[in-house]
Amino acid sequence: MANPGGGAVCNGKLHNHKKQSNGSQSRNCTKNGIVKEGQQNGKPHFYDKLIVESFEEAPLHVMVFTYMGYGIGTLFGYLRDFLRNWGIEKCNAAVERKEQKDFVPLYQDFENFYTRNLYMRIRDNWNRPICSAPGPLFDVMERVSDDYNWTFRFTGRVIKDVINMGSYNFLGLAAKYDESMRTIKDVLEAYGTGVASTRHEMGTLDKHKELEDLVAKFLNVEAAMVFGMGFATNSMNIPALVGKGCLILSDELNHASLVLGARLSGATIRIFKHNNTQSLEKLLRDAVIYGQPRTRRAWKKILILVEGVYSMEGSIVHLPQIIALKKKYKAYLYVDEAHSIGAVGPTGRGVTEFFGLDPHEVDVLMGTFTKSFGASGGYIAGRKDLVDYLRVHSHSAVYASSMSPPIAEQIIRSLKLIMGLDGTTQGLQRVQRLAKNTRYFRQRLQEMGFIIYGNENASVVPLLLYMPDLKHAWTKGIRKTKGRVMASL
Amino acid sequence: MATATEQWVLVEMVQALYEEKEELIEEWQPEPLVPPVPKDHPALNYNIVSGPPSHKIVVNGKECINFASFNFLGLLDNPRVKAAALASLKKYGVGTCGPRGFYGTFDVHLDLEDRLAKFMKTEEAIIYSYGFATIASAIPAYSKRGDIVFVDRAACFAIQKGLQASRSDIKLFKHNDMADLERLLKEQEIEDQKNPRKARVTRRFIVVEGLYMNTGTICPLPELVKLKYKYKARIFLEESLSFGVLGEHGRGVTEHYGIKIDDIDLISANMENALASIGGFCCGRSFVIDHQRLSGQGYCFSASLPPLLAAAAIEALNIMEENPGIFAVLKEKCRQIHKALQGISGLKVVGESLSPAFHLQLEESTGSREQDVRLLQEIVDQHSGCGHGGTNRGRTGESCVHHQGGSPGRPALGRVPGPWLPATQHAERTQDSRWPWRGLKESKNMCIFDRIVTKWCQYGPIV
Repeated sequence: MANPGGGAVCNGKLHNHKKQSNGSQSRNCTKNGIVKEGQQNGKPHFYDKLIVESFEEAPLHVMVFTYMGYGIGTLFGYLRDFLRNWGIEKCNAAVERKEQKDFVPLYQDFENFYTRNLYMRIRDNWNRPICSAPGPLFDVMERVSDDYNWTFRFTGRVIKDVINMGSYNFLGLAAKYDESMRTIKDVLEAYGTGVASTRHEMGTLDKHKELEDLVAKFLNVEAAMVFGMGFATNSMNIPALVGKGCLILSDELNHASLVLGARLSGATIRIFKHNNTQSLEKLLRDAVIYGQPRTRRAWKKILILVEGVYSMEGSIVHLPQIIALKKKYKAYLYVDEAHSIGAVGPTGRGVTEFFGLDPHEVDVLMGTFTKSFGASGGYIAGRKDLVDYLRVHSHSAVYASSMSPPIAEQIIRSLKLIMGLDGTTQGLQRVQRLAKNTRYFRQRLQEMGFIIYGNENASVVPLLLYMPDLKHAWTKGIRKTKGRVMASL
Repeated sequence: MATATEQWVLVEMVQALYEEKEELIEEWQPEPLVPPVPKDHPALNYNIVSGPPSHKIVVNGKECINFASFNFLGLLDNPRVKAAALASLKKYGVGTCGPRGFYGTFDVHLDLEDRLAKFMKTEEAIIYSYGFATIASAIPAYSKRGDIVFVDRAACFAIQKGLQASRSDIKLFKHNDMADLERLLKEQEIEDQKNPRKARVTRRFIVVEGLYMNTGTICPLPELVKLKYKYKARIFLEESLSFGVLGEHGRGVTEHYGIKIDDIDLISANMENALASIGGFCCGRSFVIDHQRLSGQGYCFSASLPPLLAAAAIEALNIMEENPGIFAVLKEKCRQIHKALQGISGLKVVGESLSPAFHLQLEESTGSREQDVRLLQEIVDQHSGCGHGGTNRGRTGESCVHHQGGSPGRPALGRVPGPWLPATQHAERTQDSRWPWRGLKESKNMCIFDRIVTKWCQYGPIV
């Protein structure tokens, strides 16, 4: 597996000809594959703590075994496909209707090869149903498979009090009903569950207005707008901001919603290496100097798409450097804080607060309410003219229904808790405890010898297992740990 | 080996180039991130609704009769639905904190999928957490680059976005015109014969809506099924408006026409209209639906539906199954209102008499789109002055236009039929609805307005 953080390792070797000192005089020491990027303080407001990120490479024998594992799985896959085609082995998958047998096949054989032969073997690790709130302990429904994961059967038993390490419930705000959720009950009884209209028509409730004001206050920006689904927030608003003739510079490991939004916009997309400011700068320089391909006309706008915390890597974006680049090359910055809002920063305000930066320096702040706030939906915040433009032109506001009232109330309640507006310091305590727990957890896992990716402050902890069958063994082993069962991915 | 002078010249050139590049960087001015919007744009001054958007709705502080929400069966403020949602809130809290693959699957979701599959009499159903994302994720899961999709010109925006994301070849046929569709299919057949190898791997799809949002008409499903078997294309049916409305038991347009449900490959609907919840679902055979569990973007990469909304949808389904009579009541009311609005001069009703959502279009356009929109907005404003909550879709009348990559309203293909007012019908209009009237000064708009109100008053007490 290539070292994604390899860019940072090469820092010392690359010739640094940048005029400004945006902290690029980095000393890098690599020890056991852990890269510590030390920044020298060029400007007074820069983040001057060490960024500790690790993207350790796997040892050679692990890589060999992993490839072998996949290779054997593939060979067996071909063998079983052959047996299934000749009728020697029973085919458990669903098949096309008899009447439609002469239609063009809906799925190409190879598309489904991986699903049929490799994914099916370890399918029981995903989509596990639970039957309680996703708090720190939850109840998992027991299910077994009689035919090697083709179908599942619920035994009816419930495994109670499983330690939850799999839900994105960072601050523990998605919990069973208690008295503090009284307002949600009231709103549910007053407003009902649905809205049955779009924002432009009859779908703007007073709850939405209250929520938007609160979100703007929380993030310390001028205005905000909320949407019913986080995925839809990205995929429907990026096309409203950029179009043909614009350039999107998107990180290698961006989320599917950002990629979809970028593709739907019709702009040209260029990818830069994950969290690699050198790669981004090169692309920016080329874009500004040479303009559009073929016509050499200047680009209308350049939009940089990054995430606050990357969910599959656990890395935090190098925001100070990117903001410096954006200022120099006059690009616009769009930060998707789905996993970082409420979870990083001393008071949970996100990556801007984590780095000590002014939120006005980021042009478009986007985030979701699913993770830290225990609800669903997304928001976009920034300057007032940006939000006004989105109110008018966003596809979501015109064609999709607005957020459900009890969900809006839950977000209002969570925001008030985190901001301390309910009179307690519970919110702040939760954020601080999360930070402490994250660092402790990561440190202990590393001491135990596991390979962990990402920044030490990111609450998403990817623990690499590499081999597909190890995943299976891991889950079985985890279940037997001392009577207390743990659920993870 | 370059001499000293040549080396010196080279260094100078490189430096000059470098300085030139820096100059280019300094000179370049991008467009502003967002162009300015006029301050008086209606979208910036929303109609703020306080209270539930049910039969009577409080808009901007005034109480009106609601003609604008898609609450067809009136289940939004049904006490049973609310009680079910409350019970779910007490047990599960609000959010699910994870996508379906990562401990975001609750037993309520599995229940809802089961119930929907049983209700629609299909093998399997899959739920999405947002209505818009349902069809917009379903289409790209099956149709990829190189496949061919035949879609109606009046398809809704969500379908357009799904098609755009799929990067397939799109062939538009005239709205509800089966002859045009057949012509396109025949042309495709001729193309196939020229290149049979390519034809063997090119999938074909026909995407239609049960009840079109943009025109209020029903698609001719029996002819479509015939065409399907003749030309070997699969049908994707979008039933957002017709689910819970058409058919004897509310099963949609397939029940309305008496077509076997297996003939339709995929039925997609959203739960935001008749089921008074949030979210959407797709149903069909397992062979088709199971694929979306790994390749539906809105399913895999998005958090799952909050359990209280799923519980509300289950209860709404229960109510639908227990009282199949409400569908007949709804149809009757639609017919009556449709008849009542027929005779008004200056406005014509666009839509089937069975459809609960129809449009009032200006009979003669003033010539300019902006003027039409303004005229309609005046009618709507005076409407609300008199206590009817209507909505002007003039600014969103662009929804029927196909656009590729541009912002809504920039027609790339298809004709813009003109701005209109949609009105929706609720099953719960009871006998004691009285239409408040206030005398207003004369003007051309007023004449139209007077006539609308007069007609409604005549038919006021609708059972």
